[in-house]
Amino acid sequence: MQQNRIIWNPERECAEREQMHQLQSSQLSRMIQRMWDHVPFYRNRLKEKGIEPGDIRSVDQLKDLPFTTKDDLRQNYPFGLFMVPQSEVVRIHASSGSTGKPTVVGYTRQDIDIWSEVVARSLTMAGIHSGDTIQIAYGYGPFTGGLGLHYGAEKVGATVIPISSGNTRKQLQFMTDFSATVLACTPSYAAHLGESILKEGISPAAIKLRAGVFGAEPWTNEMRKEIEKLLRIKAYDIYGLSEVIGPGVSMECECQCGSHIFEDHFIPEIIHPETLEVLPDGETGELVFTTVSKEAMPLLRYRTRDLTRLHREKCECGRTLVRMEKCLGRSDDMLIIRGVNVFPSQVESVLMEMSETSPHYQLIVRRENNLDTLEVLVEIDEKNWSDSIRELEGIKRRIEQNIKSLLGVSAIVRLVEPHSIERSEGKAKRIIDYRK
Amino acid sequence: MHIQQLSVFLEDRSGRLTGLTRILAEHDVNIIALNLAETTDYGIVRMVVGRPGLAKEVLEKAGFSIGLTDVACVNIPDEPGSLYQVLKILTEENINVDYMYAFSNRDVALAVIRTANIPAMTEVLEKRGVKLLSQCDIYQL
Repeated sequence: MQQNRIIWNPERECAEREQMHQLQSSQLSRMIQRMWDHVPFYRNRLKEKGIEPGDIRSVDQLKDLPFTTKDDLRQNYPFGLFMVPQSEVVRIHASSGSTGKPTVVGYTRQDIDIWSEVVARSLTMAGIHSGDTIQIAYGYGPFTGGLGLHYGAEKVGATVIPISSGNTRKQLQFMTDFSATVLACTPSYAAHLGESILKEGISPAAIKLRAGVFGAEPWTNEMRKEIEKLLRIKAYDIYGLSEVIGPGVSMECECQCGSHIFEDHFIPEIIHPETLEVLPDGETGELVFTTVSKEAMPLLRYRTRDLTRLHREKCECGRTLVRMEKCLGRSDDMLIIRGVNVFPSQVESVLMEMSETSPHYQLIVRRENNLDTLEVLVEIDEKNWSDSIRELEGIKRRIEQNIKSLLGVSAIVRLVEPHSIERSEGKAKRIIDYRK
Repeated sequence: MHIQQLSVFLEDRSGRLTGLTRILAEHDVNIIALNLAETTDYGIVRMVVGRPGLAKEVLEKAGFSIGLTDVACVNIPDEPGSLYQVLKILTEENINVDYMYAFSNRDVALAVIRTANIPAMTEVLEKRGVKLLSQCDIYQL
């Protein structure tokens, strides 16, 4: 039997900084040349900046190159940014654009191999190996979650249950009957499955899960604790976005001290969302990726709109890969209220610590007499609410105090009925900003 | 002995209370006593009804947030001073009233009382000879 690996690709994941720098530099200059040769969009952008392919020799020059945005992808819908002919594309994924056209990405055979490799590295990071049975409850289809995890899980040799998302009853049956040891899905679905196990009265002994690989939506550390308690597992954060490759752009190791970015394939930068200047490690800003090994649809300085910071100190797990903190939110979601940056996820973490309310909330921002006001609607917990006005008012005051101390802005909290906050596609609509 | 009171969390929207009573009417649930406490944002309706289990089920199905709360329902003579006699006992025993509501219909007066510790209160009251109604008594009212 093959011995289980602790680090899937030590040569890359534990490379010395100097070695990584060289690899990134040579890959970057090769990619700029190919973009110039095959993608008119990039050639024009480079020309506008007065850059020719031969000029780029080091990854340090990344800061001089032009950005790519989601809007550029839409303008070139569907295949305008592809670098290879259709005959070399073996798969197409598309993300459900809630506004406008979907975002389309293509993969060559080699792109699929790289994707499988980075997901295999990710799963290995969570201690998953050929002895595991992994239940993949991410959606299979144009969404990258299901198939992305699938190929990586097969690569490490785990037994895959490709159940896809939904059908909770069947999920629980397969989980118990097939003794699944790993669950992969969105964190909100993991919490739902955990609650369903309790509701159905399934004995904890019948559940063999020991780890979870969760991603595709932002989640807080409080939610992690909740899921870990509900399912009695260790919950790992996998990060990715379809434009870059899908899940497996970065992954948390057992230290849970940020996600290791597979920077031999995806080079990260942090920029100031308004000045667009590169920020030093440790400072919060917008995450930008340059994919240097992708063939079908490489991206040059793609603005993810996710806000986080980077750390480069060596991790206790032995990997030298740069780490990103959990995303604080999207730059689109960030609200500026009386000059203070506020993220919906911060309100969520306040609510997750309280049992009397549900984490369903809505932020309403208004401008009254030139002053921004923040109102927070919070659904009371369906099962666990008191009919004493004194207690309800106490809860309201506590939420207001906690928001004030954590966010630094005062808010007016309003308690509302369960399920009364409008939900789109199962997710609550978080922000209503009347100032715009 | 205690009974179960139906508590409903209502947002301050027009027609909510009407909708609530319509559903009870459609399912033939009789309201024995009702109290509405309001704040600027929401209200709490507290009700003693004939069939609390059924009422909870049909109201939840209709999307209302329902809680069942244990309360004591004391039966006192409809004459001056009878409520005072009951409350005096609670004060002597250091029992704090969270909320209460009462009504009388000429032969009988009922007071619905909520305290933090319902078993302790009902034990004290029964020991002191105060008559408490059971869920069964309520159903027959």
